[in-house]
Amino acid sequence: MMRDENHHLKNLTRRHFFQQSSLFGIGSVALSAILNERLFAGTTGANMRPDGGLHFAPKAKNVIFLFMAGAPSQLDLFDYKPALQKFDGQPCPEELIKGERFAFIKGVPKLLGSPHSFKRYGECGAELSNLLPHLAKIVDDVAIVKSLHTTQFNHAPGQIFMNTGHQIPGRPSLGSWLTYGIGSENKDLPGFVVLLSGKNQPDGGKSCWGSGFLPTVYQGVEFRSKGDPVLFLSNPPGVEMETRRRSLDLLRDLNSDHLADVGDPEIATRINSYEMAYRMQSSVPELAEISKEPQHIHEMYGTEPGNASFANNCLLARRLVERGVRFVQLYHRGWDTHGASNNEDIVNKLAHLCRETDRAAAALVQDLKQRGLLDSTLVIWGGEFGRTPMNEARSGSKFLGRDHHPRAFTMWMAGGGIKPGITVGATDDVGYNIAEDAISVHDLHATILHLLGIEHTKLTYRFQGREFRLTDVEGLVVKKLLA
Amino acid sequence: MVQLCFRPRPMLAVVLGVSALATSALFSIRAQSATDQGVDFQKDVQPVFQASCYPCHSAKIASGDLRLDKKSLALQGGVSGRPILPGKSGESLLLRRLTGEDKGARMPLGGAPLPPDKIALIRRWIDQGAQWPEEAPAAKTTSKHWAYVKPVAPPVPAVADAKWVRNPIDNFVLARLEREKLSPSPEASKETLIRRLSLDLTGLPPSIAEVSEFVSDQSSGAYTKLVERLLASPHYGERWARPWLDMARYADTNGYEADRRRTIWKYRDWVIQAFNRDMPFDEFTIEQIAGDMLPHPSNDQLIATGFHRNTMFNEEGGVDKEEAHWTNLVDRVNTTATVWLGSTIACAQCHNHKFDPFTQREYYQLLAFFDNGAFTVKTYGDTSNKYIEPQLEMPTPEQEARRVKLNAEIGELETRIKTQTPELDAEQAQWERAVHQASSEWQTLAPAKVASSGGSTLTPQQDHSILAGGSNPAEDTYTIEAKLPAGRITAVRLETLPHKTLPRGGPGRDAYGNFFLSEVALEMEGNELRIKKAVPDDGRMNDKKFDQLWAVDASRDEERLPRQLVLLLDTPAEGGGTLRVYLRHRSEFGGQSVGHFRLSVTSSQQPDQIVKISARLRPVLEIDPGARTEKQKNDLAEYFRANAPSLKAARDRLKKLHEERDDLGIVSTLILRERDSFDRPSTFMRSRGEFLSKGDRVWAGVPAVLHPMPQDAMPNRLGLAKWLVSPENPLTARVTVNRIWELYFGRGLVETSEDFGTQGERPTHPELLDWLATQFMEQKWSLKAMHRLIVNSSTYRQSSRVAPELVERDPYNRLLARGPRFRVEAEMIRDIALSASGLLSPKIGGPSVFPYQPDGIWDLPYNDDKWEESKGEDQYRRGLYTFARRTAPYPSFLTFDSTSREFCTVRRVRTNTPLQALTALNDPAFFEAAQALARRIIREAPQPDVKSRAVYGFKLCVSRAPKAGELDRILSWYKKERQYFEKHPGDAAKVAAFSQDGNGDAAGQAAWTMVSNVLLNLDETITKE
Repeated sequence: MMRDENHHLKNLTRRHFFQQSSLFGIGSVALSAILNERLFAGTTGANMRPDGGLHFAPKAKNVIFLFMAGAPSQLDLFDYKPALQKFDGQPCPEELIKGERFAFIKGVPKLLGSPHSFKRYGECGAELSNLLPHLAKIVDDVAIVKSLHTTQFNHAPGQIFMNTGHQIPGRPSLGSWLTYGIGSENKDLPGFVVLLSGKNQPDGGKSCWGSGFLPTVYQGVEFRSKGDPVLFLSNPPGVEMETRRRSLDLLRDLNSDHLADVGDPEIATRINSYEMAYRMQSSVPELAEISKEPQHIHEMYGTEPGNASFANNCLLARRLVERGVRFVQLYHRGWDTHGASNNEDIVNKLAHLCRETDRAAAALVQDLKQRGLLDSTLVIWGGEFGRTPMNEARSGSKFLGRDHHPRAFTMWMAGGGIKPGITVGATDDVGYNIAEDAISVHDLHATILHLLGIEHTKLTYRFQGREFRLTDVEGLVVKKLLA
Repeated sequence: MVQLCFRPRPMLAVVLGVSALATSALFSIRAQSATDQGVDFQKDVQPVFQASCYPCHSAKIASGDLRLDKKSLALQGGVSGRPILPGKSGESLLLRRLTGEDKGARMPLGGAPLPPDKIALIRRWIDQGAQWPEEAPAAKTTSKHWAYVKPVAPPVPAVADAKWVRNPIDNFVLARLEREKLSPSPEASKETLIRRLSLDLTGLPPSIAEVSEFVSDQSSGAYTKLVERLLASPHYGERWARPWLDMARYADTNGYEADRRRTIWKYRDWVIQAFNRDMPFDEFTIEQIAGDMLPHPSNDQLIATGFHRNTMFNEEGGVDKEEAHWTNLVDRVNTTATVWLGSTIACAQCHNHKFDPFTQREYYQLLAFFDNGAFTVKTYGDTSNKYIEPQLEMPTPEQEARRVKLNAEIGELETRIKTQTPELDAEQAQWERAVHQASSEWQTLAPAKVASSGGSTLTPQQDHSILAGGSNPAEDTYTIEAKLPAGRITAVRLETLPHKTLPRGGPGRDAYGNFFLSEVALEMEGNELRIKKAVPDDGRMNDKKFDQLWAVDASRDEERLPRQLVLLLDTPAEGGGTLRVYLRHRSEFGGQSVGHFRLSVTSSQQPDQIVKISARLRPVLEIDPGARTEKQKNDLAEYFRANAPSLKAARDRLKKLHEERDDLGIVSTLILRERDSFDRPSTFMRSRGEFLSKGDRVWAGVPAVLHPMPQDAMPNRLGLAKWLVSPENPLTARVTVNRIWELYFGRGLVETSEDFGTQGERPTHPELLDWLATQFMEQKWSLKAMHRLIVNSSTYRQSSRVAPELVERDPYNRLLARGPRFRVEAEMIRDIALSASGLLSPKIGGPSVFPYQPDGIWDLPYNDDKWEESKGEDQYRRGLYTFARRTAPYPSFLTFDSTSREFCTVRRVRTNTPLQALTALNDPAFFEAAQALARRIIREAPQPDVKSRAVYGFKLCVSRAPKAGELDRILSWYKKERQYFEKHPGDAAKVAAFSQDGNGDAAGQAAWTMVSNVLLNLDETITKE
């Protein structure tokens, strides 16, 4: 009886989808996500083929986005500027900052050379700061992009823009667009998982992984490092899994009786979602149990089971994509190194953050590679904007630090169809403006979607009388980045 | 045929077809008249262009770079060349393309060829020289989009089955069904009807007594009586406030990064009361948009303006104050247009609306109405300032009297503390002497042994200080041994001193000369000397976040000072032995140890006298009073007054008074106020909507496509409010009744209830919509009248059973051949659980409350605010009252598709997900309801037997008795479950925790709790059917 109902429902939904699709302008690519047997937007491998509804043959199946919230200083990590060393302490040339709006800098600021040293690494010879010794070892597997720019110069709008393509909270995030568009491969886990480390949440809050006007089923599900990994995953005290199973049996029977009575297919969907909830109750804890990973893996990542950290989250990210979760986003907060005090400067704090993240991020790429997963997993590392070539010196502070800088910043990407061992884009002599290959946030989004087989102009959703898309009315795929 | 009519789109095509025919007939008459005289471009040609060419060849698209909407551009031509050669129609590409003579595609592309008479007309026009006035204004659009035409009451259609009709709604619905050869569903059972009505009108399920009273009332007026009772319920306003609050984007915090609390719950309560009083919707509108501009506004009318104070407020550090304010104005325009006009005018912020007739200029004209609000500029710190809009304080007379008194006393005390008197001068002189003298009471220790655990080099200096150098590890413990002088020791002092070999001159070893000292320990002859207190003359003490005892920031030149830390001993020690001092450093940032320091001891009774002056002012103290500068004198006096013993009482009192003033509990709320001005409100256009690209000034005005503002109306916010609810407004009434319909039936008559524009859905029942809209205005905008109409219709009273043929035919119930059936909204799910379990508090209004919420939800970066659970009945209030934080909405609501209230939301989506299942099964708030329900079942069931209890619990959740099969399932399940818990008393005790009655039957209570958990999760429980 159950099977019949489901079958009926499946047909119904599929048919209605087709009937509706022209009315609502959902591209055919979103079909998989609408089918209700995939409430977590689960889809089979069939959809990954070019004839399965995608616009192109995808290079990447999954994405891991290591979001460095607070904006890492590109000038102290990736984008070495001898001119800044030479003119360290000199007033910034006026033509650069004429009419510019800064978050905190007042008056004419002074140029600031990096207090860290740089060297070339790998066969590709990419230049990296001494703060990133682990990235240096895998630099031939990554593409460094030095010419990103954004429109926002404050954290919350910057992060929301980087995640949703719009600076004001309320639009769907990259991960929700992806799971809405192509679903996920694991039906027992959410298709879009968020992991947090560092100090609390990113400035943009939950809007960074919100589903905006897309159904809430597509929003990022936060796996928490304390308590239940997923809210309300555990049964109440005294309710063992067998008790839960029995109560779900009764619930299913009573709901089925009622379904037979009133005939509303929505009841069958409800029965399904309770069954999926039950499966999650075992699949999520199994996933989150990293202590059983071998010792060499722990050493590689620097993980300590039970001790919430970016490293633990990197390892979890690998376990999630191994299980077919489409989009995993890690947030590590604290990169906002203004130099207004001793714990947010580019000498001490930046070095500290690199110690917290460099090893695990590099280990993740290496681990994916050794498991043959790197080709199908796109790894992205970066924040919401960059930092100024000038010392901020807020209220005369003597700590070295840089203000927010939207005009040029660096990210790195690896795997998933990205050309390895390259550097794309360049900035001017002091790293203020982009000198070549300017890449906007919309371009970045278009490129990410492209790698997953989606033409960014065709992934749309109709809301408040308008077709919306992640890239708004812009976005060009960055061909240079493609393998 | 039936199939064809069923779909709304083909219907539309038919309608358009008819009007197209009519227009072309009209044109042919005109064309004939044009043969006699010369052809007039505006009168004759432009309408043809407009209908057939402009869709592709005007400003918006300009296919092939050709525009025919502007003379100069048209003559200039596009990629195919010049289309019009005046006087030479035979060579003109335009004509050749129209006739199909040219090898290029015939125009209009993809459409039917123009009728010969029109082609002839254009031919003549070209041959007559293609006269075209330079600035020909576009001819008026011939047919307006339906929604912009004022509704008129349509005739009520006749139906075959007249018996079924209870009111005209039924005529419209049934007429359509009959056309589709469908019949309506039978009336729902009385149990279903009372539950449906109760949920719809009050948001709460009926009690068992209410159900049985209604079921047994056989009188003909039983249903109407029930409707009237529910409409009069004070919970009616709560239920209908919820969707309004979504549109008003009501929340208890400011949103954005900082997301601090705000107080505006009075507005929420105003909405509830307005609904309960059935305030006419026109008044309801005017008071919210412009209550402050009414003559002598009452507090209530001011509170109502909170509608547009519900905008978010960006307080982030580097944000531009004008831009933050501007963002609010934009939100006010967009929200107003969405709520009252069902229009997506937001598009016009950046460009003329692509589909609807709103220009960018008109957008800014609307915005101008809001750009005349009052605000003050407040400055925070030295970097940011904000526009602060007004708030209304509503102190009680007692609070006001107390506040006046407090302010007077506070003023007095502040003056006293600021005033230097001769008595204070004397007291200060005495203090200066004492601090001076204190320095002679310390004896420097000569280090005998020094060691560093981390490998730093510690080198004793001539003056017995110790200088660190060499490697600089993140963790380092210095151990210093020194012989103590004989006699009593009351304290040990650590002095930290600058030194030229240290980074930036020290005294610390980090890159900036700072240091972080994690811990200090003292030992004498192997025994610990306990430290009572460590008192510094500067620096941060006991920083838990970084695990530091003493942190000193010496990064600035003026901070490069000697500093002191006095370690007061728990009990004085006898000197003469060897003292060992441990200085532990542990820094997450790497080497930040003390760089240069010295130790000393004292036998003074007041060892902390030496640090009763700040490190920065100590040098001033050394200067002879007569030689001090004015600033030095003032600084020192100010420092002294802040610490003077004689002023301690005054300082303490002042602190208390400040606290009392903050705790007066005066209720306030955010309101709008108009800036005093005689000018018509105006604003500046912004190119592409970007704040920084300021354009022309525009004056407040309304979009041309809609009704004009009356000549005598004031063109200000009040004028706008009145214009919105003018009987001439084609949208407000339609949009409002449609939203009401949507809440009853799950879908509006216009499905896109937020968009009545050309891109929105067309109404499924256009006549019904217009009839309801005209009724609404005729009934003096009474909302309760509309509710009465709808719920009394046969349409509403149908059973919601979904017959298989209907699933196929009309899965979304657009034709209304059955009653509504859908999952209720997030807040109602909570309300049903609380109500069924008997936990619900019926209290209406007041500050928002904090029911159970899992830890860690409020973990926000720039806000230490904590979710502190409410006590007592506030733990069990309706969902409507749950504190709404924009960046961290209440998780169980969010899971059930509530919104973050960041922006106006008209329609919530309805999803069905595993996370919802987990929430309703396991959220402690829901499980507590299951435990309470179990207790209620055991206590209140009419008979103390299992069957009676099962029936009772079932009825509490779904308002009907279980069928035999359902009851059997529950009973046999209960039996097994009870056995399980008998075998597992540990589990039973935990599960029954809350519901234990003390009668010892934990297994029974646990089993009933699990039954309740299932009942509260039934699809039927969380569904209105």
